[in-house]
Amino acid sequence: MSEVVYTYDGSFDGFLSCVFARYANKEVPIAISRDEDFPPTLFPCRFIPTDPAHARRVLRKVLTLSPYGARLLQRGFLTCLPDRELALLNLVTTLLEEGPGFLRDRSHPAVYPVFRAVRHLEGEAHVLKGFVRFSDLGGVLGGEIEPKNRVLPLLRSHFCARYPQDAFFLYDRTHHEALLHAAGQAVIRPLADFQMAPPDEAEARYRTLWKRFYDTIAIRERDNPRCRMTHMPKRYWSTMTEFQGPDFFTPQSSPAGVPAPGAPAGKPVPGIPPAPGRSVPGSSL
Amino acid sequence: MDVLEKLTILTDAAKYDAACTSSGGDRASRKGYIGNTSSSVAGCCHSFSADGRCVSLLKVLLTNRCVYDCKYCVNRRSNDTPRAAFTPEELADLTIQFYRRNYIEGLFLSSGVFRSPDYTTELMIRCLRLLREEYRFNGYIHAKAIPGTAPELVEQLGFLADRLSVNIELPSETALRTLAPDKTKGAILAPMRQIQTRGHQCREELAKYRHAPRFAPAGQSTQLIVGATPESDLHILRLTQGLYDRYQLKRVFYSAYVPVVEHALLPAKTVKPPLLREHRLYQADWLLRFYGFRAEELLDEAHPDFDPRVDPKCSWALAHPEFFPVEVNTADYEALLRVPGIGVLSARRILSARRTRRLRTENLRRLGVVMKRAQYFLTVDGKLPEGLRFSQDSLLRYLVAAERPQLPPMEQLSLFDPVG
Ligand code: SF4
Repeated sequence: MSEVVYTYDGSFDGFLSCVFARYANKEVPIAISRDEDFPPTLFPCRFIPTDPAHARRVLRKVLTLSPYGARLLQRGFLTCLPDRELALLNLVTTLLEEGPGFLRDRSHPAVYPVFRAVRHLEGEAHVLKGFVRFSDLGGVLGGEIEPKNRVLPLLRSHFCARYPQDAFFLYDRTHHEALLHAAGQAVIRPLADFQMAPPDEAEARYRTLWKRFYDTIAIRERDNPRCRMTHMPKRYWSTMTEFQGPDFFTPQSSPAGVPAPGAPAGKPVPGIPPAPGRSVPGSSL
Repeated sequence: MDVLEKLTILTDAAKYDAACTSSGGDRASRKGYIGNTSSSVAGCCHSFSADGRCVSLLKVLLTNRCVYDCKYCVNRRSNDTPRAAFTPEELADLTIQFYRRNYIEGLFLSSGVFRSPDYTTELMIRCLRLLREEYRFNGYIHAKAIPGTAPELVEQLGFLADRLSVNIELPSETALRTLAPDKTKGAILAPMRQIQTRGHQCREELAKYRHAPRFAPAGQSTQLIVGATPESDLHILRLTQGLYDRYQLKRVFYSAYVPVVEHALLPAKTVKPPLLREHRLYQADWLLRFYGFRAEELLDEAHPDFDPRVDPKCSWALAHPEFFPVEVNTADYEALLRVPGIGVLSARRILSARRTRRLRTENLRRLGVVMKRAQYFLTVDGKLPEGLRFSQDSLLRYLVAAERPQLPPMEQLSLFDPVG
């Protein structure tokens, strides 16, 4: 069997198309990579075009064999596991060849790396449910996160249930995508760049109140920075109100700083992107 | 006085209350409302304060003006401290604005006794009404039921809150009499019983009519202060067990006493809060709630206090060599749970993985077993993990060393030094 590298467009359907191609071509890729990430190599490269029909067939097959396997696959794709595509391909091929029994054993070599990565993803999504900070930008709630994994699909239903009446957006700085919610509809869209608008009077005031609460609630006699760090690693602090510098609490006095109601402030305004972006595994996660 | 200043005073006055979880609610998201308390956010921490404690709720007092004079409390009337009071409107606004920004999961409302228990509770009810009815707040609310409040008011409070709590604070009647002369055991237990009975009735009604109003759906909890008075761990743990058994409490919280005042009957202000003891009590509490242990198994009259060196589960295992080793490939769930280093989750995973194949030592770690502790207490297919040699003495040493990195820095750490 010749050695070949697959490249694809980075979407979940694209990846499933790679799985399909692996069986159609009866070959085992030594790497699967998003085309933009992949440095030129000595190995022959094959670009696998995304084919929704192929993707559907693969996913349906996995689903009939094991809903849990399908969930590992979908969530695994959102993780920051190095070479996640290969690990997931390995999971699918093992499932096709051995049946779903092995999935019950988390210590199985085909399961463990994916299981661990998914747990990392889920853990990150879980803590972010708490650590996300929103600002009221003229009636629209806006927040930013810097996660390692693509957590937005896991956060979607949570924040939609929390703010069923509100328009809000949540920007993922790492993966350059945003969760947008308005009038009961939520979408996740790529967004190259985003800058949060400065706070108005009221927003600055509530930020200050929160910081004061946070600083006061700690019991000095019980000071325990290490414990705080274990539960809330520093990498989350960058987007949390209580750890920002004085500017963050100073209102923008010029009227230009007050965003128009109804539109997320900042630039560029997240809107409908020109081209369909990378797809994210189903919202039913 | 502006709200920022009030918030500072009333947060500072509330911070010694340990209960700050939002667990157990299940208000689904509702159209036209803001917030939910679904199980997915159970115990959701929105931040961690510098002392490493989870910040989940806006924990404040409605007022720190108090007509009572509990000796251990910063808010007692004889203490010279700045006083403040939120209006129900101010507090409702603060809660909703914090909630919208995802700072908090809800409100934890406690209060000093302003004029009378009834008057204070009426103010609290006004604030919660505003939140629930005006702001249509559907998030979590934990409210304090003040001993001595009229049952009708406790009833109203319970229909607005997710959880109620009555703090016992001092774990014995003698301690109450000397240090909290305005409170009696009877006055504390009466609302507890009322909350339990009412919650029970309510669950029965709910089973019949889906829309029956819900009374404190997340149940009730209480707090015990540890180290202000001389009760033993056994005394405290028995009390806890009784509260779980007889009052169906959801949680008992323990709060290491931080000496805030000089008083002849209390530890001096230089005494550090007994954090390690508090930690051991939480570990033991966990064993009561999830591991099927009883207080008498963990402590007895001959050993009325926990060994500071090892956690209560290891302590029990060391005292019961006849129970071990446990064979991972055949033991039942209850036996697995008794092994130090195996938790509820890893025990379940072992059962599930065992259905597909026989387990080997190298699988266990991946199933979440903490081998550093568990290895001394289990066999895999009749064999101890390879190369493992230990005596009863060295075992204690290994176990102490295994837990040490996980312990928060505490004043008692010096206790460990001779063990090394
Ligand atoms: S009733 Fe006692 S414990 Fe409660 S605030 Fe007043 S003095 Fe403090």
